[in-house]
Amino acid sequence: MAGLDRKATAFGIKVGQPLANARAMLPALKVVAANPAADLKLLGRIADWCERFTPLVALDGARALLLDVTGATHLFGGEQAMLDRILRGLEAQGFAVRGAMAGTALAAQALSRRRSGTVAQPGTEAEAVASLPVDTLNLDPVTTHAFRRAGLKRIGQAYGRDRRELTSRFGARLVYMLDTAFARAETPVSPRRPLPDYRAERAFAEPIATEDAIRATLVALAASLGEALEKRGEGARRLEASFFRADGIVRRIAVETGQPVRDPAVVERLFREKLASLVDPLDPGFGFDLVRLAADRAERADAVAADFDSDAHDAREIRFLADRLAARFGSDRMLAFVAGDTHIPEAAFAAVPAQHAADFASVPWERIRRPNEAPRRPLRLFAKPEHAGILRAVPGSNTLHMRWRKAQRVLVRAEGPERIAMEWWRHQETQPTRDYWRAEDGEGRRLWLYRDTETAQWFVHGALA
Amino acid sequence: MKPPTSPNKLAQLRASLAKAGLPEIQARVPLGLREADEVLKGGLACGACHEVFASAGHEASATGFAASLAWRVARGKRVLWIVQDFSALEFGALAATGLLELGIDPARVLMLRVAHAEDALRAASDALTCTALGAVVIELMGAPKVLDLTASRRLTLAAGEHGVTAVLLRLGAAPDASSASTRWVVRAETSSDPENWGRPVFDCALVRNRHGGTGQWVMEWSCDNGHFQAPGGAVVPEARDRPAAAALEPGRRSAA
Repeated sequence: MAGLDRKATAFGIKVGQPLANARAMLPALKVVAANPAADLKLLGRIADWCERFTPLVALDGARALLLDVTGATHLFGGEQAMLDRILRGLEAQGFAVRGAMAGTALAAQALSRRRSGTVAQPGTEAEAVASLPVDTLNLDPVTTHAFRRAGLKRIGQAYGRDRRELTSRFGARLVYMLDTAFARAETPVSPRRPLPDYRAERAFAEPIATEDAIRATLVALAASLGEALEKRGEGARRLEASFFRADGIVRRIAVETGQPVRDPAVVERLFREKLASLVDPLDPGFGFDLVRLAADRAERADAVAADFDSDAHDAREIRFLADRLAARFGSDRMLAFVAGDTHIPEAAFAAVPAQHAADFASVPWERIRRPNEAPRRPLRLFAKPEHAGILRAVPGSNTLHMRWRKAQRVLVRAEGPERIAMEWWRHQETQPTRDYWRAEDGEGRRLWLYRDTETAQWFVHGALA
Repeated sequence: MKPPTSPNKLAQLRASLAKAGLPEIQARVPLGLREADEVLKGGLACGACHEVFASAGHEASATGFAASLAWRVARGKRVLWIVQDFSALEFGALAATGLLELGIDPARVLMLRVAHAEDALRAASDALTCTALGAVVIELMGAPKVLDLTASRRLTLAAGEHGVTAVLLRLGAAPDASSASTRWVVRAETSSDPENWGRPVFDCALVRNRHGGTGQWVMEWSCDNGHFQAPGGAVVPEARDRPAAAALEPGRRSAA
């Protein structure tokens, strides 16, 4: 038995019992196969919903969530009001939920197990949990059992003991745990998702659903975010909008930029592009009651007074365009070329996401042809070299017959070989050396061919202009 | 230091021209081949839409011609190359090393890969508003339905409004009605110099020109100097009689 509802518990069935025993106790028992993965996913969605209260939401085991609400309670009318609101909100979604609030995580955990709905004021955690049985601390069974045998049934009793005694009998870890439970030591909450550098949010009493309202909200949020960023002379490289639906579903949409941004108009434009391109469009359902905009990867961005250098101005304009196009089509589709430090034709250059092109090691571009010479590299390169049949030389002439893509061609001129050895130090498997040829057919079409020196087979690798 | 060019100032000047009822003077970039520039009334118009059709099997040459045109009209500004996935799959992907060999700086070329022609056109109309770009090449495969007269007009308008030149590279397609300023049908031409062969020589037929006559020239792109010229720098040879080609592409005629 992995989990029970209230009725089953009332019949005395326990978690961990074999199914046969449970069935013997209650033949009418309804059984559903446990699906921990789905449970975890659901818990994740509940955690998403909880993010409307605080961004510091951590998973606590497989069935609990830990929220750090430090400094957030006044926004919801105080601690008790906030706790009630969280519990009611989850109950309204059909969950059986227990929860408590305390100055320390462990005290809150212990309280939630026995005294759901209580708030322990800071400094009163010890009193609040003193009367709870030791097993609410969720210690390992051996320790719990040892406590019982020592006659320490309640947390207060255990805590009242001399700490040296406890340490010698139960180990330092337990003492540390008790200390954290009673606020003598701090336990940090490790949030599920990293905390953004900046965030702004807006809650609505009446959920918003129209496109205009959503856009206006984003503009307002971007403006307040922009102000905060400007104060510290920063801009964000990544922005994420979270849309909290009234029915509990949370949708997050992120855009990345190639340069730090803080201009609200630019931010709004990026989100407009992104929202327009979503395969699975933003569905407001009954409306969003909270929209949050968070800025990540803040970087130094100095205000630019005027653009005297027109090329720098152009470069910036183009980065904005690249951001827009990347938001719409995906950053892996908006590409810039960077040179590679190899002579292997397919690796001599790379098309990399334009937004991150600056992150790639830059090697200067080096052309292969000498001045006044014809190009030595194809303008169009096939991702996979295509097999070609070199049939035979035409008797009495210098021409060759070639068969490629189900058509015959007569190669009038050819130049080669340019021997290109595969770089054995880069690859696990050694690849055969290739002999490259430039060739021109009777119509003037110029191809780039190679012969695999091992198999002596011919391939078409590209076409020259 | 170059003087700052303000788009607002340009827009004001344009508006004042329009108020005076004067036709806006469109900047033209000479291709370099005198005969062609004469027919084009000084060169290829900037801020307009130009179409380059590849003759069947001559896609790489058409690509080279479109790249050279775009690079020439961009005049040192950056070029955005929008390409449909299928086109890259069928005819090979644009290679930066190949651009470099043609004398085009790959660092000033951006590439956007899109799945559908519709996306390509949408991206193009956004990109054409970016005055920092010199040219936008839109490489399309076949004859997509979305590329109708309206779409073509939209591109022409966007190009004209912001002064960014659009080059529509059409692979695997036959010329049809559009509002393009010029339309070229390109095929490769055999190298004339047996010693130094393989330079990018194109047989270019100008089959539509909104501002003048049509014509057909054999042009070589000078990779070193970045302009078009007669092949081998020599006198233009007479356009050879090619009945098969003429039959395939009606409307082609020789330059006067």
